[in-house]
Amino acid sequence: MKELFYFLVYPGLAFAATVGGILSWFDRKVTAWVQFRKGPPFLQPLFDFLKLLLVKETIVPAKGSVYTFLLAPILSLFGASISAVLVLLPAFGINAGFSGDIIVIFYLMNIPPIAYILGAMASANPLASVGASREIKLIISYELTFILALGAIIYKAGMSLSLADIIAAQSGGVFAGSVSGILLLIALLFCAQAKLGLVPFDIAEAETEINHGSFIEYSGAPLALIYLTKYIMLFTLPAFIAVVLFGGLSVEGPQIIYSVLKVFGLVLLVTLIRNTNPRLKIKQAMRFFLLWMNLFVIIAFVLTLFGL
Amino acid sequence: MEEKIINIGPYHPLQEEPELFKLYCDGEIVKNIDWVTGYNHRGIERISESKTFDEVFFLVERVCGICSTSHPFAFANCIEEIGRIELPDRAKYIRSIIGELERIHSHLLWVGLAGHFLGYNTVFMWAWKYREPVLDLFEMITGNRNSYAMFRIGGNRRDIENDKIPRMRKVLDMIKRKTDLIKGAIMDDPVIHARTKGVGVIPKEAIIDYGALGPTARASGVDIDVRRDDPYAAYPLVDWKVIVEEEGDVFAKAKVRILEMYESISIIEQCLEGLKKEPEGTHYVPVKNIPAGVGMGHAEAPRGEVFHFAITDGSKSPIRHKIRAPSYQNIPTFKVSGVGQTISDTTIALAAVDPCYCCTERMGFAYDYKTGRKTLNGKDLIELSQRKTDEIRNKLNK
Repeated sequence: MKELFYFLVYPGLAFAATVGGILSWFDRKVTAWVQFRKGPPFLQPLFDFLKLLLVKETIVPAKGSVYTFLLAPILSLFGASISAVLVLLPAFGINAGFSGDIIVIFYLMNIPPIAYILGAMASANPLASVGASREIKLIISYELTFILALGAIIYKAGMSLSLADIIAAQSGGVFAGSVSGILLLIALLFCAQAKLGLVPFDIAEAETEINHGSFIEYSGAPLALIYLTKYIMLFTLPAFIAVVLFGGLSVEGPQIIYSVLKVFGLVLLVTLIRNTNPRLKIKQAMRFFLLWMNLFVIIAFVLTLFGL
Repeated sequence: MEEKIINIGPYHPLQEEPELFKLYCDGEIVKNIDWVTGYNHRGIERISESKTFDEVFFLVERVCGICSTSHPFAFANCIEEIGRIELPDRAKYIRSIIGELERIHSHLLWVGLAGHFLGYNTVFMWAWKYREPVLDLFEMITGNRNSYAMFRIGGNRRDIENDKIPRMRKVLDMIKRKTDLIKGAIMDDPVIHARTKGVGVIPKEAIIDYGALGPTARASGVDIDVRRDDPYAAYPLVDWKVIVEEEGDVFAKAKVRILEMYESISIIEQCLEGLKKEPEGTHYVPVKNIPAGVGMGHAEAPRGEVFHFAITDGSKSPIRHKIRAPSYQNIPTFKVSGVGQTISDTTIALAAVDPCYCCTERMGFAYDYKTGRKTLNGKDLIELSQRKTDEIRNKLNK
């Protein structure tokens, strides 16, 4: 029963989605400030979600696999909420998790993009298939960077594969305080940007090129679930970075203020990156990750070996 | 691998007007492009023949919402050629001021849209925010933010009073500073360079073959500009230069447009100086009637040369009126700039000519789907639509 509560309410689905919605509002509000606009009201993410879920009709493509098409958003939502639970349990200090959970989280965080690819392929739309092929190329490029960065962090934490140990290893000083830590932060931020599908890596959606690509056929309730997944991921990824580089998100007493600042600060960085760059081409994005970011992380790794 | 068709249009977030580009793609590479038009037919040339000369100005203003002074400009040049009407200098200055202000706001609009097409929405919002003062300036001097209704045969409807000049100068200074800002943001951004340099290149020969015009041609090293080549209004009276770039890619087109904004600001400032010398109230000459004749008029719109042709018979309206908008010449260059590129490059290459579909499409035909033969012409289509209207009317009356 306790596990079900973790998964459905706190810190899983309901909690992560609520915080993610608030972060999504924050992202849109900051974007609006950058662009001299007013921005949406606080409840706009909720309104968006409810409108899609309750009001808008669901249209299913006539050709293509209907079950896969409808199952994909559910799959992505499950992947996102389980990874949120596994990140947040040790982060909040509720539960120590288990050894090797960082590997499980790494795989679980890949479920939403893979589900998007499944859904796009099942929708039998040429634009969606272009989006799906771009998403596949993007995953291939950023995952290597992501896992190399995690390797450096695991080394820093004394070869421990558990998030709780990584948090404990930072009790003396957070990893982001060192030179290699800053390099890793930059690499992980770009990976988060790509995982969240934001500019400059919104190549798979590319509104003005392929018309929202992978999601083009989604409407109504399935689209609402995709929105929910995106909200959760917008919270989970910054929380994950906060855990591995900023010493977790403690919720005890006044510590909670620091935790909130960490998450909002990371989302602010993500938002600013997305508002000061045009979209890259898929070839350029692959080159960026496979060549430059990997080089970057390897330098960080070497610095880690020297204890910097 | 099988070729798949990526449709850009008829309604697509890339361009906010109805158009259809069919991209035949092999994976990400665009192998061929088809262009389908006819979503925006309004029969303006035909309507024009049933309006008086004064009314036609209001009509051609509505050919396009953005070049809403270029079409009246060309039409005025055309009718004034028939009537051999010589304008007072004040009228010429006012016309050039309106024309150049329009160029500034149109180029700002394009810069914003190009940012949007690249996924850079901040540039989009900033450029459009700085476009607002230009529209406010228009409201101050013409009474309208768009569709200014400023021109008439023999001059202008309204004068720009001399006491408005200091305020206009102030706004122009502000626009100049903001243009510096946008120029810095675009010219120095490495990611924008990566996305636009060497993309959608149109060689000089292709520009000449396709007869492309305006900034599209000037970015490829073709030195044409009607304002200089066939001078009209106040352009011979002021000092300015034609901006030409050699590269022919999207970046060169952006550069030409941004640098042209500085030229426009300088032209307006010189025109304002000129206005001070001319007495107020001489902004038009009265014209009684237009003799029979054939006339041609050009104007350099923000997108290139607008061409108007009219035949008059001495009555109060033209008996034939033909319009050719620059986008009609510019859009087919996508065959050169878009084919063989990736989808990402093709979309920005399509947008780089700043296509304006409502300028371009004033003609409708129906083709047989299988044989490709014309089955209905314009007359048939009008009949068809009249029959449909009658049916609806009958249904409502019952």
